Amino acid sequence: MPIGDSIPVAGIRWDDVLFVVLAASLLGSALLVVTLRDIIRCGLALIVSLASLAGIYALMGAPLVAATQVLVYIGAISVLILFAIMMTQTKNAPSRLTFQTQAWFAAVAAAVIAIVITVAILATSWPAAGQRLVTATADVAHKLFADYVLPFEVVSVLLTASVIGAVYLAHREPAAPREDRP
Amino acid sequence: MTNSLDSYLVLSGLLFAIGTFGFLARRNAISMLMSIELMINAVNLTILAFGAFVAKLHVDASVIALLVIAVAAAEATVGLAIVVAIFRNKKTPLVDEYDSMKD
Repeated sequence: MPIGDSIPVAGIRWDDVLFVVLAASLLGSALLVVTLRDIIRCGLALIVSLASLAGIYALMGAPLVAATQVLVYIGAISVLILFAIMMTQTKNAPSRLTFQTQAWFAAVAAAVIAIVITVAILATSWPAAGQRLVTATADVAHKLFADYVLPFEVVSVLLTASVIGAVYLAHREPAAPREDRP
Repeated sequence: MTNSLDSYLVLSGLLFAIGTFGFLARRNAISMLMSIELMINAVNLTILAFGAFVAKLHVDASVIALLVIAVAAAEATVGLAIVVAIFRNKKTPLVDEYDSMKD
């Protein structure tokens, strides 16, 4: 049985419901990322937040970017962050203070940024269509390998360089060869 | 609501503000990197929102978002490697204890 565009009685559109749920989960878990005391839980909340964002991308009609978000962010970057957390957290490090001493000023600054951005967005009349456009993956592929082929190659060189740099930075220095032992 | 550009832009603005707060307020270096990831994602959401509603930017937005994701992956790799390298020397992940230049 096909379900309609909107909830039968209330007349609320299903994609509006989905958007509100995903947005609430995105903002809620983002707040958890910046406020939780235990940093492992921060990393897990980051995964929830990125997954909600992938849902919003799919809702916006960008399925390829949603899939890439899941593969790269949730599959790769989150795992990298979780491994880095496990490598750098010591039990004896003082973890009682989660925030800097100037956290209140940071909160005020963030609130000001949020208010300014919101007011600026709502006060501007954007030259936008009233309907979402769905991006076909074939169009993205044609654009990427025709018009954007130079940025694509530059990004691949950048990725190679950054991986080599990261391996160089993070690898443990081998113990210096001792003089007395040939 | 889903068919108006404003709601997506406000959402990404709020996400960016949350990321800013986390970057300024947290003491742990990895928490700061996670906040940077949140801010990058907010910008990506803005790019895709414009792509979804402005016909001229329609396909370009997806391509640019993919490139941004790749650059963010490179940034996360190098950032986490730097944090691990500093941790190996200083034995702490808290940025306010990285003050050896002061002494």
